[in-house]
Amino acid sequence: MPNPGLDQRVLSHAQLEKLEVEEAGERPKWDNKAQYMLTCVGFCVGLGNVWRFPYLCQSHGGGAFMIPFLILLVLEGIPLLHLEFAIGQRLRRGSIGVWSSINPYMLGVGIASMCVSLLVSLYYNTIIAWVLWYFFNSFQEPLPWSQCPVNVNRTGLEWECESSSPVDYFWYRNTLNITSAIDEPGGLQWWMVLCLISAWAVLYVCCIRGIETTGKAVYVTSTLPYVVLTIFLIRGLTLKGSISGIKFLFTPDLDELSNPATWLDAGAQVFYSFSLAFGGLISFSSYNSVHNNCEQDAVIISIINAFTSIFAATVIYTIIGFRATQRYDDCLAGNILTLINMFDLPEKSIDDSNYASSLSHLNSTYPAIISNLQLKTCNLNTFLTEGVEGTGLAFIVFTEAITKMPLAPLWSVLFFIMLFCLGLSSMFGNIEGVLVPLQDLKVFPKSWSKEAISGVTCLVCCCIGLIFVQGSGNYWLALFDSFAGSIPLLITGFCEMVGVVYVYGIDRFNEDLKFMIGHKPNIFWQSTWRVISPLIMLVIFLFYFATTISKELFYISWDPESVTFPTLKQKPYPVWIYIIIFLLAGVPSLAVPGAALFRAIWKRYC
Amino acid sequence: MRCVWMVCVLCLAPAVAAILCKPDVTDGYKVRLSIKTALGDDAYEWSKSELFLFRAVLAFAVQRKTNNVNYDVSNILVCDETERVSFWFVVTTPDNTSELLPKLVVENAIRENRHRINSAFLLTDQTLDFVGINPTLAAPIEYDTPPWLIVFGVVMGVVCAGIVALLVSTFLQKKRAKKPSADPVDDEDGSGSIAGNGILCESIGDKDGTYNQGFTDDDRFTKL
Repeated sequence: MPNPGLDQRVLSHAQLEKLEVEEAGERPKWDNKAQYMLTCVGFCVGLGNVWRFPYLCQSHGGGAFMIPFLILLVLEGIPLLHLEFAIGQRLRRGSIGVWSSINPYMLGVGIASMCVSLLVSLYYNTIIAWVLWYFFNSFQEPLPWSQCPVNVNRTGLEWECESSSPVDYFWYRNTLNITSAIDEPGGLQWWMVLCLISAWAVLYVCCIRGIETTGKAVYVTSTLPYVVLTIFLIRGLTLKGSISGIKFLFTPDLDELSNPATWLDAGAQVFYSFSLAFGGLISFSSYNSVHNNCEQDAVIISIINAFTSIFAATVIYTIIGFRATQRYDDCLAGNILTLINMFDLPEKSIDDSNYASSLSHLNSTYPAIISNLQLKTCNLNTFLTEGVEGTGLAFIVFTEAITKMPLAPLWSVLFFIMLFCLGLSSMFGNIEGVLVPLQDLKVFPKSWSKEAISGVTCLVCCCIGLIFVQGSGNYWLALFDSFAGSIPLLITGFCEMVGVVYVYGIDRFNEDLKFMIGHKPNIFWQSTWRVISPLIMLVIFLFYFATTISKELFYISWDPESVTFPTLKQKPYPVWIYIIIFLLAGVPSLAVPGAALFRAIWKRYC
Repeated sequence: MRCVWMVCVLCLAPAVAAILCKPDVTDGYKVRLSIKTALGDDAYEWSKSELFLFRAVLAFAVQRKTNNVNYDVSNILVCDETERVSFWFVVTTPDNTSELLPKLVVENAIRENRHRINSAFLLTDQTLDFVGINPTLAAPIEYDTPPWLIVFGVVMGVVCAGIVALLVSTFLQKKRAKKPSADPVDDEDGSGSIAGNGILCESIGDKDGTYNQGFTDDDRFTKL
């Protein structure tokens, strides 16, 4: 595509060499390669690797899910990652700078990235606040979510807790103090406000001087999760029932491969897991030296990300397997107790091995009594598939499993430190994707120092984030998660590819890569950048868009007054929420053509 | 005549006792013991001696409750023993062996001495089950300061100290950098106020997000 004036907007190769040699730029730099790699790994590896990937893996055919995941990783993830690294390193600007350098009409792509980074930062740090709350509460024995509190009269347990479970009660009542609908705000929950403030404070102290401080923080936040995962793996494998969990996770069901939803979910997971199109990766890569081997970096980080997903899934499922086996054993023990109490049989006359035969024998002799007993059906598979995604996994299922382990507070502390580090290192990238564009757009006066800019940004985000710590906060968070962090990213990612390949020019890009890393990118990169990856992005986007538009939008709520309590109740969104949804998904997406249109009009009439 | 009467009473006594204690009696309770569940390999066998201990402990509990009225093991009647290790029991009054102690008194006696009864058998509230007497709930642990606030305080203290330290160090760095500003350092101060054709370079550079460093570089080598 014709692109006039590109040479004036972009540093030439000769100028880059000079910059490299003389270090005349004011741009911050990484202290060493390790910092850069750890920061990128930390940004890519986040909470999604721990609580989204295992669920997808298990629900889409276990081991068979690896096939679409790895194929799409290679065809979609790695090329996009390499593209972002290369363009950042070449143009040495943040996301807004890069896109306006490529073509001033593409400024909208940078603005879309910034908007998405901002919206995601707002709610992501609330999740970190929740993690901190659980972390603060882990320093007591017994853990507060291991037993139901006593009710006001001390006559029995709290009703809401007894009808659901102690972990559900602690999450929905003690942590969120959730209301039953999104239009009931419920007021600010002071303990969550404190946790939110501490989450933003920790983020501020790590980002106060940009990558100078972030680069030091990542030595801990990016490595600690791996240490904790290894500890949990060893602990998990020694627990009863862990192997059944792993078997459940990895048992392949090749029929799932013919289901398009599997491929779609795999593609979406690869895309979101790599934190592409946020602008943070472009920023981080721009602080590198010009001749850094970004091709190698992209491949290494992709491999680390995939490995971490699989590793985390294994660890999670050893613990899930343990919990499911415990629940199954308890269920069976309860039934056996009921039977021996009813028929006054000696203890241990019925145990796990002869339960089925004894039950059928008793049922044939006394069918009426057996049906009156209302024995529960105990199915291990049901327990294995229970609520194992998202916040439900971390704050309900996993916390319950921890209460059954010896030395529970220790495992709880370790687990929540791991989640905290995973979330914080992803936040570094998100905040980078907000701060650098704000500086490029000159929103702040030049006299303000880095500390002041990051301070003001964190403060404003913290204040806006108060939406998520009111009673209905969880519903708002789910809303933001579904709409702010999905469609706009897909659009931005697609535009990025098209922008670099067709507006910047793939030939020019190839030359740049030859200059930076010494050899022209091979046929694999050429084919994926030009055709394959944009096509995959387009297909995913269209499917996503079609499914979102066509179905009526529901949210699930915790409603103690509903008939189906404790099962979460599906409620339709009120009408005014649709406006919010449009703002969340529409504003960043429309910024892409909108900025171009605005500029065209401005140029014409000014 | 008296001998016949005594024989009749003696014959009737066990019958009377049998009538006093039966399953679903109003003033009695069913007890279930789950010894193997509680103790596993260390479980003891249920025997006559264990039953005797039970009756003795229960007599103790009732005696304690009724302010030391003299109860004896024979006042505790047991019936309907099963292999489950469950049975029914009733408590007779010491003065009149055909009268039963009211249910409520028995219940309160057991509640107040539950811990002692459990300990005698090395069992818990769940494994020594008096059907109909629910265990009283343990008092919830009350903290003066919730533990989470303490950890929160520690974390926030460290974070605030970190922020203050970093801000102070930045401030000191700036102060130190300002000091040698007295020396005229022209050649290093290249990017400040270079002008070409009367137009400040910076103003050209800022249009359309571009920054052409060509001008600044040239000035270094063409010192005027």
